[in-house]
Amino acid sequence: MFTATTSSARPKRLALSAIALSAVLGIAGCSQSNPLEPRPGATGDGETIVVGSQAYYSNEIIAELYAQVLENAGFTVERRYQIGQRDAYWPALENGEVDVFPEYTGNLLQFLDPDSSGTDPDTVYQQLTDALPDGLTALDRADAQDADSYNVTQEFSDEHDVTSLADLAGVDVPIILGGNPELAERPYGPDGLLETYGVEVSFTAIGDSGGPLTKAALESGEITMGDVYSADPDIATSGFVTLDDPEGLFLAQNVVPIVSQDLADQIADLLNEVNALLTTDELIRLNGLSTTEQQSSKQIAEDWLRDNNLID
Amino acid sequence: MNLFLDAIAWLFSPERLEGANALPVRIGEHLYYTFVSLLVSAVIAIPLGYYIGHTRKGREVAVALSGAARALPSLGLLTVMALLLGPARADVAAIIVFVVLGVPSVLAGAYAGVQSVDPKTVDAARAMGMTEWQILMKVEIPIGLPLLIGGLRSAALQIVATATLAAYVGLGGLGIYIFTAIPLRQYDVMLGAALVIVALALLLDALFAVLERLATPRGVLAAKHRNISARPNRARETVEPSRA
Repeated sequence: MFTATTSSARPKRLALSAIALSAVLGIAGCSQSNPLEPRPGATGDGETIVVGSQAYYSNEIIAELYAQVLENAGFTVERRYQIGQRDAYWPALENGEVDVFPEYTGNLLQFLDPDSSGTDPDTVYQQLTDALPDGLTALDRADAQDADSYNVTQEFSDEHDVTSLADLAGVDVPIILGGNPELAERPYGPDGLLETYGVEVSFTAIGDSGGPLTKAALESGEITMGDVYSADPDIATSGFVTLDDPEGLFLAQNVVPIVSQDLADQIADLLNEVNALLTTDELIRLNGLSTTEQQSSKQIAEDWLRDNNLID
Repeated sequence: MNLFLDAIAWLFSPERLEGANALPVRIGEHLYYTFVSLLVSAVIAIPLGYYIGHTRKGREVAVALSGAARALPSLGLLTVMALLLGPARADVAAIIVFVVLGVPSVLAGAYAGVQSVDPKTVDAARAMGMTEWQILMKVEIPIGLPLLIGGLRSAALQIVATATLAAYVGLGGLGIYIFTAIPLRQYDVMLGAALVIVALALLLDALFAVLERLATPRGVLAAKHRNISARPNRARETVEPSRA
């Protein structure tokens, strides 16, 4: 009896450790793609195109769109996703370790030239192409934008009759703006609101980039107005009202691929076809597939590209 | 080196005393979260540590649980707690996170202090007719006090460093400068704020070091000195002939 149980238990344990071991090996296998580690042969030598993305799920979806279109055209693509924020990945892009990167026109322009002045899509795009360093080039911008936007609850909007930032000047209750800590010093932060719209706000720093903490604070009334990215599908599902920006306080943030100069001629047509179809509504829909349906970026990109006949 | 000069220039600029982000206000918030969290950690961990140390029961469970709690990533725990409790009580969420960080050190200091007492000393106290309560209060706690303060000292260091995260959920503190400066690439601000946090940590550390000294009972100190003088002192032997 005892021997029987032990002998039957042993293979089970063996099987378990085999599973555990393969899981560990699998994880170790993933970890070899350290995004910051330079690897020979992967740098724009015409054989492999390295596509990168920010540590932002929506950016990864766009990167995956580019990656699959390139693969479909016969290129070998290496994916290096979730490389932090601009500080982390920009040097890799400049020295050619990454060849293709989805970017946002306004924020990238601010990064390269903090004194730039344009806010509308065409001016920002024009200034960006001028500000890019040698070796990098911007392909066509998409219509899709993922910009900062100020949102209030439906109740607040109804009660004070506010649908635009310009309406805020007439509101007689104190307005608390919530957003990332650095928003306090951005040109479109509290100072910009006062300058452009004559609206005085106090500021609460919430560090999750318009994520769940910011939305919860907005819903509970801790803040009156929250900075949430405009392509966030939660804006619609939570019933927030995005305030219009008639004076162009916010910079345009059109999706734009930044690519290595040497590759630009070969891949421009492919990526431009994707960008021609990518609108803000489409981007919100793609983001929603990730946040609510929990689909992978690979799946989302593949379905979208197939539906639009961009891959076979 | 220039960066250090920039950071110091930022720190001592007169603007640091103005506006919503005035440095004294942020230091005050930072210390407030540190002290409240340390106090709550002490209230939870000291009685528990003494119980474990005196009865020698449940040590493994307490150590395993508090050690595991310390392994929780603070930023993740803070986000979850802030969402669970709601943004209006983000301060409670932050203090819970810092307490989770502080309890293991204080707990270890409390029970290690009690357990460090020589069993012969405890037996002697018991033989003199002391009750268990008296043994704890008059023998184990006084002798173990320096170790407890050592535990509080390391808890204070961890909490003062981690209180930086309070800014992530809108609570201010010195982290506000760092969280603001990272995306704006203001390295002087990041370094300046980090220097203030380091200074607070050193200050707290020094404070607890003094307390640790003061808390060591005279009898324990005397015993230590006697031990030292009883040891043959080689250093003196080798030095003296050369002097002569």
